[in-house]
Amino acid sequence: MASIRENQAEIVEDFSFLPQWDERYSYLIELGQKMEPLPEAFKVEDNIVRGCQSTVWLHRECRDGRVILEADSDSLIVKGLAALLMKVFSGQPAEDVLKAELTFFEETGLDKHLSSQRANGLMAMIEQIKTFAVKCAEEK
Amino acid sequence: MTIDSDKIRSDFPILKTEVNGKPLVYLDNGATTQKPQSVIDTIVDYYTHYNSNIHRGAHHLSNLATEAHEEARKTVQSYINAASNREVIFTRGTTEAINLVAFSYGEAFVNPGDDVIVTEMDHHSNFVPWQMICERRGANFRTIPFDKNGNLRLDVFEKLLSEKTRIVAFNHVSNSLGTINPAKRIIKMAHDAGAAVLVDAAQSVQHVEHDVQDLDADFYAFSGHKIYGPTGIGVLYGKESWLDAIPPYQGGGEMIDQVSIEKTTYNKLPFKFEAGTPNIVGPIGLAAAIDYLNTMPFEEIRAYEDDLLEYGREQLLEIEGLTIYGNADQRTSILAFNIEGIHHYDLGTLLDTQGVAVRTGHHCTQPIMTALGISGTVRASLALYNNKEDIDALVSGIQKVRKMLGE
Ligand SMILES: Cc1ncc(COP(=O)(O)O)c(C=O)c1O
Repeated sequence: MASIRENQAEIVEDFSFLPQWDERYSYLIELGQKMEPLPEAFKVEDNIVRGCQSTVWLHRECRDGRVILEADSDSLIVKGLAALLMKVFSGQPAEDVLKAELTFFEETGLDKHLSSQRANGLMAMIEQIKTFAVKCAEEK
Repeated sequence: MTIDSDKIRSDFPILKTEVNGKPLVYLDNGATTQKPQSVIDTIVDYYTHYNSNIHRGAHHLSNLATEAHEEARKTVQSYINAASNREVIFTRGTTEAINLVAFSYGEAFVNPGDDVIVTEMDHHSNFVPWQMICERRGANFRTIPFDKNGNLRLDVFEKLLSEKTRIVAFNHVSNSLGTINPAKRIIKMAHDAGAAVLVDAAQSVQHVEHDVQDLDADFYAFSGHKIYGPTGIGVLYGKESWLDAIPPYQGGGEMIDQVSIEKTTYNKLPFKFEAGTPNIVGPIGLAAAIDYLNTMPFEEIRAYEDDLLEYGREQLLEIEGLTIYGNADQRTSILAFNIEGIHHYDLGTLLDTQGVAVRTGHHCTQPIMTALGISGTVRASLALYNNKEDIDALVSGIQKVRKMLGE
């Protein structure tokens, strides 16, 4: 399976084919729409990541020291962002998730465009994933 | 109508900006307004020619700066028709002005078992400071609800009022619903019950009547940045008798008369409430903004904005699945809405790709959203320099977002 670094590079490449921001958002929305629906049973209070404006559910599992993630959101853009994080992290060894540096936000310019990151809860999602990775690494 | 929209637009240089390759359509004026060139020039002129500390220097520049700063106080006094310039206190903004009153009035007059009344449509800035003072002083925090159209329930207010009511605080105009509350009536009712009143004028002072004596407000607060002036400057108006009766908010330089180890006496109004080196240029910039507004008859500004708001409502209501929040009898400047099946954050973000700037979310009024049973809205808020083309750009932007979302 591709590494975290390779996954990020792939995202950056995909975005480079889409010079216009409305195209990029369309792409994000499409990614979100294509994501496996999150089972209703996982849409519980414990899985809610507090973003300011949208609700994000992040389901986390630890299997053989690997971090498995599923997500959903009532905002399609946020769901697309979650899809990117799933692509980068889900299925990766917990140690790798812990060590990983997220570079794709900067490299795609998403960081500047989503500068009010508090609004979309992106930072909160990343924090949750990292915190979970610590636990998952210990379990192993 | 003599409001010349093209001329006004040309006075605001930022409106020529492009965003994402599209001409900027700025519809986030409830959050902050843009500044006319005259305000920008005034600020540059201050720093270029006479920046200096005020009220203390024995030198030429200090005199110039002091004079401009105090002249600005008179400009504000005249704009809100305060009886005296001693009643105009400069603050950091509406929020600080309200915190000042909540603290100082609270210390002097709010006691255990007393009631403080705010509304369910108030901004967090006119909500949380009162909750805090109620907690500190052991007082009861009461709220006036609003009906489904966004009108305050004055019948409930009537019942809440009693001899225990110490102060009533409400926004003249709601930043989330655009409701113009019947300020004179509310103030009269509160006064009849023996309570003082604070008016949060952050969204009203630039759009509707703003004569503090006519309203008979005891305290009145607004922010410079929402009335075409700079950020970091706001105004607290207070009736002199009230300002004399409440203790200072912060201690420091400027606010004192005599300081000794045994006892400190305080400066006279308005300086009693202006501790430390103030924002010197802020009031000067704010006065330039008021001077700019004063070049047009206010009734005409109001008529122009009302007309634009109604046009906006008509155009938006043509859109299928669109709900407008805020249908009060009297309203101004705010178009808050949602479209069925589209999250407000998505709509706002995608409008931005087309150069249309709106705000999304709860707009610092979570109790309103709770009452409406929604998590947020898209809010387009209008200013003097907006025109029908801006509304049309918003509407076509929404149509385009619909297509992007495959609706
Ligand atoms: C009704 C109302 N009150 C208070 C405030 C707070 O103003 P400021 O943040 O400038 O202090 C705002 C600004 O958003 C407002 O709309």
